[in-house]
Amino acid sequence: MSGVNRISGAGRLTPARTARFTFDGRTLTALEGDTVASALIANDIHLVGRSFKYHRPRGILSAGAEEPNALLDVSRDAARRQPNVRATVQEVFDGMNVSSQNRWPSLAFDVGGFNDLLSPFFAAGFYYKTFMWPKAAWHNLYEPFIRRAAGLGVAPTEPDPDHYASRYTHCDVLVVGAGVAGLAAALAAAKAGAKVIICDEQPEVGGALHYDSGTVVDGKPGYTWAQETGKALAGMDNVTVLTRTTAFGYYNHNFVGLVERVTDHLAAIDKTLPRERLWQVRAKKVILANGAIERHMVFANNDRPGIMLASAGRTYLNHFGVSVGKQVGIYAAHDSAYEAAFDLKKAGVAVAVIVDCRERPGEAVLAEARSLGIEVLTGHSVVNTTGKLRIASITVARNGGGGARKIAVDALLVSAGWTPSVHLFSQSRGKVKFDAATERFLPGTYAQDCLSIGACNGTDDLQATIDEALAAGELAARAAGAEGGGQVALTGQNAFEWTGGMIGAAEGAGPDTTVKAFIDFQHDVCAKDIRLAVREGMHSVEHIKRFTTNGMASDQGKLSNMHGLAIAAEALGKGIPEVGLTTFRQPYTPVTFGAIVNHSRGSLFDPARKTPMHAWEEAQGAEFEDVSNWKRAWFYPKAGENMHEAVARECKTVREVAGVFDASTLGKIEVVGPDAAKFLNLMYTNAWDNLKPGRCRYGIMLRDDGFVYDDGVVGRLAEDRFHVTTTTGGAPRVLHHMEDYLQTEFPHLKVWLTSTTEQWAVIAVQGPKAREIIAPLVEGIDLSNEALPHMSVAEGRICGVPTRLFRMSFTGELGFEVNVPADYGQAVWEAIWARAEPMGACAYGTETMHVLRAEKGYIIVGQDTDGTVTPHDAGLSWVVSKKKPDFVGIRGLKRPDLVKDGRKQLVGLRTKDPKVVLEEGAQIVADPNEPKPMTMLGHVTSSYWSPNCGRSIALALVAGGQARLGQTLYVPMADRTIAVEVSDMVFFDKEGGRLHG
Amino acid sequence: MADQAMAIRKAPLAGLRGGSHAAILTPAAPASRISLRAAKDAVPALSAALGVTLPLRPKTSASSGKRHALWLGPDEWLVIDEDGADLMAAAASSGALHSAVDVSHRNTAVIVSGPGAEVAINSGCPQDLSLGLFPVGACSRTVLGKAEIVLFRTSEDTFRLECWRSFSPFVFGLLSEGAEDAAH
Amino acid sequence: MLLIYCPYCEEERSELEFRNAGDAHIARPTNIAEITDEEFEAYFFLRDNPKGVIFERWRHIHGCGRFFNAARDTVSDRFLTTYQAGEPKPDLNAQPKTSATLETYDEALEGAAQ
Repeated sequence: MSGVNRISGAGRLTPARTARFTFDGRTLTALEGDTVASALIANDIHLVGRSFKYHRPRGILSAGAEEPNALLDVSRDAARRQPNVRATVQEVFDGMNVSSQNRWPSLAFDVGGFNDLLSPFFAAGFYYKTFMWPKAAWHNLYEPFIRRAAGLGVAPTEPDPDHYASRYTHCDVLVVGAGVAGLAAALAAAKAGAKVIICDEQPEVGGALHYDSGTVVDGKPGYTWAQETGKALAGMDNVTVLTRTTAFGYYNHNFVGLVERVTDHLAAIDKTLPRERLWQVRAKKVILANGAIERHMVFANNDRPGIMLASAGRTYLNHFGVSVGKQVGIYAAHDSAYEAAFDLKKAGVAVAVIVDCRERPGEAVLAEARSLGIEVLTGHSVVNTTGKLRIASITVARNGGGGARKIAVDALLVSAGWTPSVHLFSQSRGKVKFDAATERFLPGTYAQDCLSIGACNGTDDLQATIDEALAAGELAARAAGAEGGGQVALTGQNAFEWTGGMIGAAEGAGPDTTVKAFIDFQHDVCAKDIRLAVREGMHSVEHIKRFTTNGMASDQGKLSNMHGLAIAAEALGKGIPEVGLTTFRQPYTPVTFGAIVNHSRGSLFDPARKTPMHAWEEAQGAEFEDVSNWKRAWFYPKAGENMHEAVARECKTVREVAGVFDASTLGKIEVVGPDAAKFLNLMYTNAWDNLKPGRCRYGIMLRDDGFVYDDGVVGRLAEDRFHVTTTTGGAPRVLHHMEDYLQTEFPHLKVWLTSTTEQWAVIAVQGPKAREIIAPLVEGIDLSNEALPHMSVAEGRICGVPTRLFRMSFTGELGFEVNVPADYGQAVWEAIWARAEPMGACAYGTETMHVLRAEKGYIIVGQDTDGTVTPHDAGLSWVVSKKKPDFVGIRGLKRPDLVKDGRKQLVGLRTKDPKVVLEEGAQIVADPNEPKPMTMLGHVTSSYWSPNCGRSIALALVAGGQARLGQTLYVPMADRTIAVEVSDMVFFDKEGGRLHG
Repeated sequence: MADQAMAIRKAPLAGLRGGSHAAILTPAAPASRISLRAAKDAVPALSAALGVTLPLRPKTSASSGKRHALWLGPDEWLVIDEDGADLMAAAASSGALHSAVDVSHRNTAVIVSGPGAEVAINSGCPQDLSLGLFPVGACSRTVLGKAEIVLFRTSEDTFRLECWRSFSPFVFGLLSEGAEDAAH
Repeated sequence: MLLIYCPYCEEERSELEFRNAGDAHIARPTNIAEITDEEFEAYFFLRDNPKGVIFERWRHIHGCGRFFNAARDTVSDRFLTTYQAGEPKPDLNAQPKTSATLETYDEALEGAAQ
């Protein structure tokens, strides 16, 4: 037997197909298709958790995604454990382990329950007021304490072993919700020929037809019709039916996020299956058929385990074959709850009483109740309940007092009516309007191309819902361009017409300030808390929400918002529409991080860009550093060397013999066209028309505000063709910047830009022996100083493949940069290395490159500049043309702030103690004894130990720096103050003779 | 230099195979490619010189044997020659004003084929790849996850997917995961 | 995620292919070297940041690569129109809206019926 409360012959599950699971260590039997909630109730377990704030015993309230109470920890193994799973959504699988949360030492005896006795001190706003003083106590006392006590569930500590999938998809019509409205709409749209996606969060289609036993559609029981229709839809080529799929977010321009739970219900996981699949749907039309959510009644002690929504009671009985109790009471303000009593009574369950706070319920349900012999107390309210871990009795009184009577029950089904589910509509930025007659918010002004149908649109009658759905489905399909001919006609009928509904507190929920009549179960917000918020001066619904935290839990107030709003409106003496509703935000229900992160983890987190020579560098034992998305060889340690030693060796070797360096990551842009030189004249500060083909020039690029944006060497290959280089990190934005000016400011120029960063592998060979190393490999290029002087470029061949050979240097040595088509990069590198190594040359990485360039005072844009540095500040006035009528930045450079005295300028720093290496970023002052706050003159931008100078070297931005040459300044550090002398920026080979070797 | 062996070519995805029965991933053989830029009035001369009619409609391509011209923008085409012919020389012979830049080694390509090719690519590409909107011969620059790609449909269930070489391991990896999901 | 009509690709594409490039119709003065500080400030720094319709530039950076202009409502994120760079600012009152604002459910149904 799969639980004492399972009623033989009831429900739709197969008795023979059982699954075993544990709950808090106890092994239980369920049926396949059970949710954790239905299986627990079948086993007569209602107590499943402790509440967030007061640690009150809590049970299962609903049978759907709106569940605020039954949040459990579900696991299949150590790594696959998830807290805060809604028991009403999670399906049971064989071997699953379920634990309750927020209780210690046990669910039945929870020490935290003490909070309930102290609850007068835990009123709304308690935390805001209490833990304000003393300020210092917040960090080390209050916050750690609150964090330990608060929170639901414990996050898993192991990495997620599952994988997740993602699909972008497009459709004509997306239907959200596969209840009667959604199915009818999807059918109409599909028959009209539209490409349709219909999704539903439940394991199978049907929505409310799961419980609504009296409904007939197309002459069949509603549930049967739904399953047949779902099957028919799934069989159509133009329809995708997604079950276990929640539409969690409605974003701009009909972009809807769905998450499909693929394996969470399976006992054995096919490891190739993703755990969840994220569908990113762009729909021409969206049809919202989200249905409605039943509200609970707000009265004293309405949170005891065993108190549930009436529709949930019907779902457990009619679908799962489980009775919620043996002696069930009903407390309602809406006719729909009566049908729960009818279903239970007909299934042989004792119905103790129907308490209806209305004087006049619907006549049809009243008549049926009488004919079934169920006692109905109209004009009465449930004013209290008893029962420690489960409801034991209700106290019923006539409205206005009197005639109090205690009735024994072991379950109480409640219904205050139905709240149309306008969450997705609201997320789409649609504006809801309040319908005073039915006291509910309905879709009002549409902001996107969507339609709401059925219960979420306030349409109550079944035939009206079907008609509305069929019309919407066909219209949406037609509007999306579908031209198929199929038409659908359907009839539907409910067993009873429903009337009634109330929002806010029922009798017995106050005005007493000690009565706990819960509105928001997950955050333990009571009616009295809303009233308190108003008394404390909160007049805006947004303030009330934050003060009380009503609706701020993970269920986002699906049950509580309307009640809270009504109570606030009453306390404020305003109408509900004047108080207004808070905005619904994505996601509708919680979404796993796994689904959101999806493929973006591990090696797919971010592209790791590697150069053509990467494999060789790795084999040589290089350490790598990240430069934008690139992995660059940082230094090449030999056995036993640390970084400092390796870099020192590389620095010395390059200047004494030669070094080989992978410069492939440098950005490259080919600028081609008759106006190429004119365009570069505008993009760079210096002049380009006088540069001869075969020669190179260093260029500085500014933004129009006058600040340095990028720099690089530009080679002219032909009259109409330039090879532009950029910084590694700057390549994409420099091309974007150039395209921007070319397309929108200088579109008359005949010139085109093409990124060639990855076309060329770049092998820099630098040092006195550089020429000797490459000479035998090169064909068709005269490498002599006369034919190929410093800052020139020639095309020829190397190792039999084409090369653009640059004579240039970022080290201050005789140097070449060998560009070859990237697929040849490694082979040419190896050929060069085969010559370089025997001569005593080394391979060097970016760290050595940085030291060598700093020895020569060459700046790195982005390290020595920070977006507020002009070429003049950087000591590069020689690069700025004084003759050109225009270039980007020409006007910016004349701005008053950019020409005034005292600007921070780049200078060299020499520490008085040559062995001390400054920290990059360290601040610089003139008077180390000045009281704080000290006048800071600038900061160190680059700092290294220079093996070739035998001392530390540094570059720094210093206010009025160029006028301070020779001055002593100070760098105050935590443990000492370092004296430095301001110097020029060139530390090595000041005459520059080595370049021309 | 005569005694020097010619450098050996090494393609970024050389030797890789992957995908699923629904979507097979194969690195494309090396090909020559140019990024071709020109105004409309140069198109006839360039088409004649290249032996393939440069398409003028967005998202379309033209092929002549193993040579393909893909519209990427109103003045931009990616011209691919799978036989490795000298496209720079061919374009230069047109005599028309244009910019041709050799990007043979900048790009590399993955062939995605099989009934699940669309789904595999849609794991990271937001475009609608249904045959109605992306028919055989359609091409577009777009994105795949965090990489930029050029997508070219060569048959109902085959796409040529071009990307920059350093992004190719990322692209191949993401396509592999997409191909696995496409098999379900 | 926005869906943006590229006037060069003549198709709506996902926002992922685009990059916003700030306000449109701000021409760089051809005599920029001579303009006053105030004129430069107006050209380079000052922007309106309107609540409502903004004319802005987008680049189809991962598509055709072109810059173009758009009129977008910053409240609803609705694009009123997009047009090629260099074209004059359109008269939005004369423009047929790309998709009309639907005021009510009935209008939505009527719109779908059309």
